[in-house]
Amino acid sequence: MDFDLSDEQALLKDSLERFVRNDYDFDSRRRNLASERGFSSTHWQLFGELGWTAMPFPEVDGGLDGGAIELMLIMEQFGRGLVIEPYLPTIVLAGGALRRAGSEAQKSRWLAPLVAAEQTAALAFAEPGGRFDPWHVTTRAERDGEGWRLHGEKIAVLNARDAGLVVVPARTAGATGDRDGIGLFVVTAGTKGMRVTAYPTVDGLQAADLALDGVRVDGEALLGTPDGGGSVLAEVYDEALLAVSAEAVGVMSVLLEKTIDYTRNRRQFGVPIGTFQALQHRMVEMFMCVEQSRSLLYMAAMKLAAGHDDASRALAALKYQVGTSGRLIGEEAVQLHGGMGVTDELDVAHYFKRVTTLDLLFGNADHHLTRYTG
Amino acid sequence: MDLRFSDDDRAFREEVRTFLAEKYPADIRERTQRGLRLGRDDHMRWQQTLYEQGWAAPNWPVEHGGTGWSATRRYIFDSELALANTPQIMPFGLSMVGPVIYTYGTEAQKARFLPDILASRVWWCQGYSEPGAGSDLASLKTRADRDGDEYVINGTKTWTTLGQHADWIFLLARTSQDVARKQEGISFLLADMRTPGISVRPIITVDGEHEVNEVHFENVRIPVDNLVGDEGHGWTYGKVLLQHERTGIAAVARSKYRLSRLRALAGSIPAGDGTLLDDPQFRRRLARVEIELTALEYTELRTLAAVATGGAPGPESSLLKIRGTEVQQQLDLLYVEAAGYRALPFVPGQFRDPDIADDERIGGPWAADTAPRYFNGRKVTIYGGTNEIQKNIIAKAVLGL
Repeated sequence: MDFDLSDEQALLKDSLERFVRNDYDFDSRRRNLASERGFSSTHWQLFGELGWTAMPFPEVDGGLDGGAIELMLIMEQFGRGLVIEPYLPTIVLAGGALRRAGSEAQKSRWLAPLVAAEQTAALAFAEPGGRFDPWHVTTRAERDGEGWRLHGEKIAVLNARDAGLVVVPARTAGATGDRDGIGLFVVTAGTKGMRVTAYPTVDGLQAADLALDGVRVDGEALLGTPDGGGSVLAEVYDEALLAVSAEAVGVMSVLLEKTIDYTRNRRQFGVPIGTFQALQHRMVEMFMCVEQSRSLLYMAAMKLAAGHDDASRALAALKYQVGTSGRLIGEEAVQLHGGMGVTDELDVAHYFKRVTTLDLLFGNADHHLTRYTG
Repeated sequence: MDLRFSDDDRAFREEVRTFLAEKYPADIRERTQRGLRLGRDDHMRWQQTLYEQGWAAPNWPVEHGGTGWSATRRYIFDSELALANTPQIMPFGLSMVGPVIYTYGTEAQKARFLPDILASRVWWCQGYSEPGAGSDLASLKTRADRDGDEYVINGTKTWTTLGQHADWIFLLARTSQDVARKQEGISFLLADMRTPGISVRPIITVDGEHEVNEVHFENVRIPVDNLVGDEGHGWTYGKVLLQHERTGIAAVARSKYRLSRLRALAGSIPAGDGTLLDDPQFRRRLARVEIELTALEYTELRTLAAVATGGAPGPESSLLKIRGTEVQQQLDLLYVEAAGYRALPFVPGQFRDPDIADDERIGGPWAADTAPRYFNGRKVTIYGGTNEIQKNIIAKAVLGL
């Protein structure tokens, strides 16, 4: 048992840290958010050149064979930088489904452009009324000759506006909530019958609700078997939980550092406010929450990497921990920054928004405590 | 990063299990399994058993008799001992004064004291706190005045855990009154408890037990050879000792054992149509403690991995102390709540008398011990430096505030 990074992993971490430190200032991030795509095409291409978009995929698919540890390293630094490029929806979610369920032909057609950072993608993982249940799929897929017709509604589809394709889970059999009977269908952007209502999310990113009104896709659009998509979603979810938790740990670390820094410099009553014990103890509580979250992050990443039986349970524990810790740290960071903490100008408020969003993605703390409890 | 144990580590775990199966004295095992109180002799014999195996001091450097184990092996060792519910290792010699002596003591002191500590032939106790010096330890008043080749000690130490069993005491005393800062002029001294002028007065704690004491020093003469390190620098040594103490206080493996036992007990307590374990509220509270404890387990592993054997853990040991004691208290409370009405009887004698069968105890085998333990357990966030003091330490030493 060890907590050491391999040489390759250490190099990856270095290059991520350098990127976030040198190329990701808050002002250009703000400009990129307001741009047409809502992120920087240049950065996205750079992610491709540096191999980050290829990381989780096997070599045969043009990937770098990275695993849970690499994903954790990437997402933690993206959290630190408050990175807005759609790595999670493209690589972890849509890429995760394509990599697991796609045929060779499907992968060369749809996955290759993602690996090469030529395109972004999305996975429609949520429906109205489904709360956080990945198998709550009421969207129907009906046979139509060699192809399928999709009917239903999806919500909170991250990055749907920019996505060249959306992976859509739809029910081919069984009842709402069943793990079996779900098919995964690739719907490319602009397909007739798919109405995309795009909107900015509270953290400044992009999402959309989708209305699928008899969307016609051909037989090639189905990834894997018509009823086996639920198991694929389960695996994608596990990876997504690790990804957003790692990102949350990155966000929390920065919130703590910025709060410490601020209270050391902000003077009131003639002294830095960081000298007040009432504030010090609150920052210590924040510190302990970050460390405890980091410990569970390492545990869950190592269990997922090793294919442990209880990896899913470890991820539930992790998501609960980062959800509760993230809330505490976000709220405390704002409180300790005083009035500045609720201004749009200061980056702290934006880290707070992101950590709040991350709690809601793929199940909040309560949801995962229930899962953990069984 | 890899969670898996190597083949060697798995073999080591088997070795520890075999040792426990064969060498853990049956009568002590029976007492701990039945929840009976342990005496001095039980602790000494258990620690001597570990010593004979060469496993008395996993935290010591090899040259002084430590095991030289990796973080993984220490983790395995602690976990296996906790799973077997062995007596807690008394920290006063092996975790507290031992490291101070091998780090700052003279060769003569090492030769004189370390072998007995390692072999648990001598019971040590701690003379830190005073009636007027708790969290503000440096305001201690016990004085040690030089008189020829002797120090003459006068003062009172308090909260001396199990001092009634002790052969020796280590203490902080003021050897110089004329200092600029109160942390100066304090020395780290060792005294034989049989020295004339030392008297021990019991303090009965909230659970009715005699666990702590006041120790009075009245013109107690000890040789200057019993000074550890430099005169006036005791504060520095004392802080190192406290850092060693804090990691142990987290008691992660013990809490894991207690949590799994609580889960089993809850599954046998009728509640509604099922058992207490079917109660969603109870389950969620149990789950929250378990998650915090699991996180703490990995925080401890990370700390152990970062610390070379024998080195003092850094200020991050304060985190382990704070969270570890919080978890212990949450477990204490959940035990009381699991016991329900059965937590009401206060009959501590039945947990001292082996002749009363477990089922014959008032309140049943275990329940009547839960409330006293909960009350007594409030101490853990107070001793070893209160959790508020630990937060001060983290704020200053880790966060740089």
